[in-house]
Amino acid sequence: MNNRRADVRGHAEGDERFAAVDTHIRKTRHSQDQLIQTLHVAQDIFGHLSHDLMAHVATELRLPPSTVYSVATFYHLFRLDPPGEHQCTVCTGTACFVKGSESIVGKLSAEYGLAPGQTTDDGRLTLRTARCLGSCGLAPVTVLDGRIQAHQTPEGTLEQVGRMLDPHALLPEPADEIAPDDGRRAV
Amino acid sequence: MATTLTPILSEFWDEPESWTLRTYESHGGYQALRTALARKPEEIVDLVKASGLRGRGGAGFPAGLKWSFLPAPDGGPRYLVVNADESEPGTCKDIPLLMASPQTLLEGMVIACYAIRAERAFVYLRGEVVHVYRRLLRALEEARGAGYVGRNILGSGFDLEIVMHAGAGAYICGEETALLDSLEGRRGQPRLKPPFPAVAGLYSRPTVVNNVESIASVPSIVHNGPDWFQDMGTERSTGFGLFSLSGHVKRPGQYEAPLGITLRELLDMAGGLRDGNELKFWTPGGSSTPLFTAEHLDVPLDFESVAAAGSMLGTRALQIFDHTTCVVRAVLRWMEFYQHESCGKCTPCREGTYWMTQVLRSLEAGEGSPEDLDKLLDVCDNVLGRSFCPLGDGATSCVTSSLQYFRDEYLSHLTHGGCPFDPMESTLFAGASA
Ligand SMILES: Cc1cc2nc3c(=O)[nH]c(=O)nc-3n(C[C@H](O)[C@H](O)[C@H](O)COP(=O)(O)O)c2cc1C
Ligand code: SF4
Repeated sequence: MNNRRADVRGHAEGDERFAAVDTHIRKTRHSQDQLIQTLHVAQDIFGHLSHDLMAHVATELRLPPSTVYSVATFYHLFRLDPPGEHQCTVCTGTACFVKGSESIVGKLSAEYGLAPGQTTDDGRLTLRTARCLGSCGLAPVTVLDGRIQAHQTPEGTLEQVGRMLDPHALLPEPADEIAPDDGRRAV
Repeated sequence: MATTLTPILSEFWDEPESWTLRTYESHGGYQALRTALARKPEEIVDLVKASGLRGRGGAGFPAGLKWSFLPAPDGGPRYLVVNADESEPGTCKDIPLLMASPQTLLEGMVIACYAIRAERAFVYLRGEVVHVYRRLLRALEEARGAGYVGRNILGSGFDLEIVMHAGAGAYICGEETALLDSLEGRRGQPRLKPPFPAVAGLYSRPTVVNNVESIASVPSIVHNGPDWFQDMGTERSTGFGLFSLSGHVKRPGQYEAPLGITLRELLDMAGGLRDGNELKFWTPGGSSTPLFTAEHLDVPLDFESVAAAGSMLGTRALQIFDHTTCVVRAVLRWMEFYQHESCGKCTPCREGTYWMTQVLRSLEAGEGSPEDLDKLLDVCDNVLGRSFCPLGDGATSCVTSSLQYFRDEYLSHLTHGGCPFDPMESTLFAGASA
């Protein structure tokens, strides 16, 4: 039996990923106000927040499980279900909405048989919608595997998603290259 | 007299690698910090007060006055928290600013902390924008390396630590007290005021919460003096600001101009509406501010004039909609947003946004009845002024103002048996795939 006082406690199942979460908790000295950051770390490691994982965080931070659950369900970025291998998020903020994000979502939904929030049966693609991403000048906007794509069209996005799912395709330009252009100024 | 743009915050956004410390310093960056450190903290507070700088996060509260509300130092911690949660639909100024010149914010933070004698500051950044988070971390590293942040800044004896904090996705966390709860690791729900954050904020300690743009404006004020700032804008809305144009304009983006500029002037600079279409309605300050129409093209965009015309300057997020847009559909979309983002703490907002979404949905589908319009107004009446925080109030703005200007369009949904507009007409790719 492990010594429960040991620094890295791990998890009864012996899953080493729990130890990685514990390392973060120890670094932040078990402080309860680090709950959100801890959940971010846990989700990065596991991909989503399972009940088991939330219970583990609760124990380590000495918080009631209900507190951890209530925080995890309050914030949109936390996922309680496992996501697909690739992610496509369509911004449905006002500017994107009037400029056609609804038909982009419709096209993708029809093609992959998904409602927003769902993952394909083979676990390859998750389709999501997001509130305004603050890139209204680039509307309509999508985010493919963390990279912002500007001026999207239903056909264009569909093609890009197809390429994203193709293991041999090149990845699109990183988001950093695109975002500053949003700051256009007429002179 | 035509107003011209005043690129101050956005002066060198177009330069390559505008975000580096080197670029910032080559444009006089951190000179203001040297000026500030040579003076007494109270003098800086007075200087910002004299400039008339009003908060750029929506409410327009005078920044210097807010700083002066902090109680005298008692030896315990005091904090500056920069609100970078930018989530109001249509608002897209802070994020481009942080991407293009993060050092401007950092210099402003160091000066502000020196002025209010805070030794620890936080940036609360919305969680979705990971690329901005990375850029901020890099900028902080650069500033620390150059001795602008950390211990004994520029030999002045002043210490400051800055923490970058990424949120986890919730519009309500932009509200300053919800933000503080979130920063403490809890659900982001607003706190009862008073006590105000200046007295009991983060960890119940004196805290100043300011918007990114407010703090980023401080270095230029310190450098050029309050009179320079006051010469721009109007008497009670001094200075310049970033105006974010989005929607049906030819060249959407950020336009930095003195407060008091009009939409007509901004539209000229942005190339007008696409395809020469007609302006139908617009928001002066994001979705929480009552709609304006073409008759408001010449309203000076300063706090007082916009209020006198029945709306609010808010965050200067000008969302422009042309005549192809169905106003009911736009309002429904906004209401779905508020319903989704209502934090659930108080009943008027939690239930009101839910019911208004239902009513708007049936109206948009042409299934409601004319009495539904009065029902909407009745619900608004029960939400406005009865909500715990301004989110609920803001949710009613688009409903009441759209009913004021476009009642007939609501009714035409009923006579038409559905939406009389083709949603494809308002899209970016209208005509392309038809
Ligand atoms: C629902 C809601 C959302 C808000 N979102 C933001 C935001 O994203 N950024 C911001 O700076 N202020 C936001 N505010 C305003 C803040 O509460 C606060 O007034 C502001 O940060 C103060 O800074 P300032 O005085 O520099 O403007 C929001 C307010 C409400 C009620
Ligand atoms: S008005 Fe809405 S967002 Fe604000 S406290 Fe009430 S429920 Fe929460």
